[in-house]
Amino acid sequence: MSETSLDPKTAPSFPMAAKAAMKDVQLRRNVAHATDVIRAKRARVVEEMPDWQELREAGKQIREHTMKHLDFYLEEFEVNCTRAGGVVHWAKDAAEAQEIVVGLVKASGSNEVIKVKSMTTEEIALNSALEAEGIHPFETDLAELIIQLGHDRPSHIVVPALHKNRQQIREIFMREMRLSELGDRPEDLADAARVFLREKFLRVKTGVSGANFLIAETGGVCIVESEGNGRMCLTLPETLITIAGIDKVLPRYADLEVVLQLLPRSATGERMNPYNSVWTGVHAADGPKVFHVVLMDNARTEILADKESRQTLNCIRCAACQNACPVYRQTGGHAYGSVYAGPIGAILTPQLQQLQYAQSLPYASSLCGACYEVCPVKINIPEVLIHLRNKVVEQSKGTLNLEATGMKAMAMIFRNERRFRAAQRLGRMAETVLPSKDGWITWLPGILGGWTQARDLQEMPRETFRDWWEKRCADEH
Amino acid sequence: MVRVLERLGHTVNFPAGQTCCGQMHYNTGYQAEAFPLLERFVEQFEEAEAVVIPSSSCVAMMRDHYPKMAAQVGVELSVRVERLLPKVFEFSEFLTRGLGLEDVGASYPHRVTYHASCHGLRNLGLGDGPLRLLKQVRNIDLVELAGVEECCGFGGTFAVKNADVSIAMLEQKTATILQTKAEVCTACDNSCLMHIQGALHRQGTGVKTVHLAEILAGEAERRSE
Repeated sequence: MSETSLDPKTAPSFPMAAKAAMKDVQLRRNVAHATDVIRAKRARVVEEMPDWQELREAGKQIREHTMKHLDFYLEEFEVNCTRAGGVVHWAKDAAEAQEIVVGLVKASGSNEVIKVKSMTTEEIALNSALEAEGIHPFETDLAELIIQLGHDRPSHIVVPALHKNRQQIREIFMREMRLSELGDRPEDLADAARVFLREKFLRVKTGVSGANFLIAETGGVCIVESEGNGRMCLTLPETLITIAGIDKVLPRYADLEVVLQLLPRSATGERMNPYNSVWTGVHAADGPKVFHVVLMDNARTEILADKESRQTLNCIRCAACQNACPVYRQTGGHAYGSVYAGPIGAILTPQLQQLQYAQSLPYASSLCGACYEVCPVKINIPEVLIHLRNKVVEQSKGTLNLEATGMKAMAMIFRNERRFRAAQRLGRMAETVLPSKDGWITWLPGILGGWTQARDLQEMPRETFRDWWEKRCADEH
Repeated sequence: MVRVLERLGHTVNFPAGQTCCGQMHYNTGYQAEAFPLLERFVEQFEEAEAVVIPSSSCVAMMRDHYPKMAAQVGVELSVRVERLLPKVFEFSEFLTRGLGLEDVGASYPHRVTYHASCHGLRNLGLGDGPLRLLKQVRNIDLVELAGVEECCGFGGTFAVKNADVSIAMLEQKTATILQTKAEVCTACDNSCLMHIQGALHRQGTGVKTVHLAEILAGEAERRSE
């Protein structure tokens, strides 16, 4: 799977990639099973909360407020983090962020790093940037380790190896860890990972992490995780480098009270994460002696400037929308050709990357609204998808385009009653030349052919509602 | 729908100039094309006492998008939309919420399963309204559909733009419908029904899709008015 491209610039369009992905029966089975399990767990722990809707609203308010005053809170974070002994860096894009992190790792004197699971480092392809400079990154999150050892790419924001099952993971571990024997029970796999990782935790002097939240009020950073491997990376190394999108900031420490209820229940269906780490700067007695935070923009300020879609930035990366999405559940994550998959990926990727490279993503949704329903901060993903579709249409203006022509023609018809009636008659005539059987059309031309791949279409009735209505009115008089 | 409403004693009018709410254009990204259709809708319907629509996604289009579209056009249209929208109902919603009814005096002697269309379920919050109407129908054999809230995969142009994914979603839906052994699958949205029917027919299942209104139009014993 090493050829899986998660760069929209080179990835195939979503319908093409989805078609290919759906041929992988094992993948579909794995994704369906995993998302079913997480969804059911989430539903249970959400249902038990009498104030879930109020919590969602509170989460939304906090995120909206933060985005409205992002400049203020970022500067507040910088001041407080610096005061606590951290060093804050600003990166305007992925290239600059890579350069800063690579420079900091080199300055730490290490040619290896241990990593906490981080989608932001995936976003900027940090591992390949480090490797290009002769620095070896070790992923320590179990799922990320599976991805790294399998030369694979993440397919889910929270559970990056969700597309693999136990047997597949066992094979990867045996091959890459050179084990002659290994069971496929969860504890066997966890044992193998523990042995493999423990030695790295003890040896490697530099850690790299992302961040779930940055707390402006204290200059602290928060990471939640399930395994404790993250905490190893946050506490054992001498140098810790954290990279975070500028959208990750929260105003107050007390805001964690809301988001740390919303996030674990939405993400993994847990009441709280087994490991919740919050650290602030450096301390003489404990933990890393050098702490850097790289605050990365990478198109986030552009998203913020668009008032229709800025709610995208409210995301706290729980991936509940992925698990709920009937499209994602069919295709898995790689079909999105992007680090961020599923509904949130379909709105985030076109905005993080240039839209022209991701034009098919806003259409990778039936607009069923399941994503919006589960979003812990109430991001109206369907609304943003529609907004981005409009941008795609605007961007494609001037190119010869059958769809646009058809849409314009139909709009012309719908604007006028006479034309509408004529079109109904014409439609009935057109039907007569299409292959059909007993009043059902079995083949349609061009882009409409997608319909008749597996669906028939009933011919228009001899008498339309309009005909019936008019006849009835005439009879009455 | 006309039969049900008239049976309940209402006068039904059908403004001949009506065409389309603009949902397909708006949701596919052709928003400029949807604006004249919004204005057309307002002109055609603003005089009505209540506007009853047998399609949950059209009502969702109006409620979710008309206000902000109208605001872009100007204050006058905004005010007209604001006055009109509270009078706009999806059909089952008009019966259960508008009229406070569950029993509309229908009879339908068939095995029926109900699919909750996404826009009705999530955008309009119809909840179990349609099911409550169905439960009151005489002689009906109503069976629960597994995964009733899962999308059928239609999604307007999604069905052709992402035909493979759409079909995979649809196959799950038809499989659960067939499990119920129902003769009829019903919903509050003809687009879902057209989609589901397309596959049920192609698969040669003999199962039909029928709009909720048609079921409620099934005459029971004559009621004394």
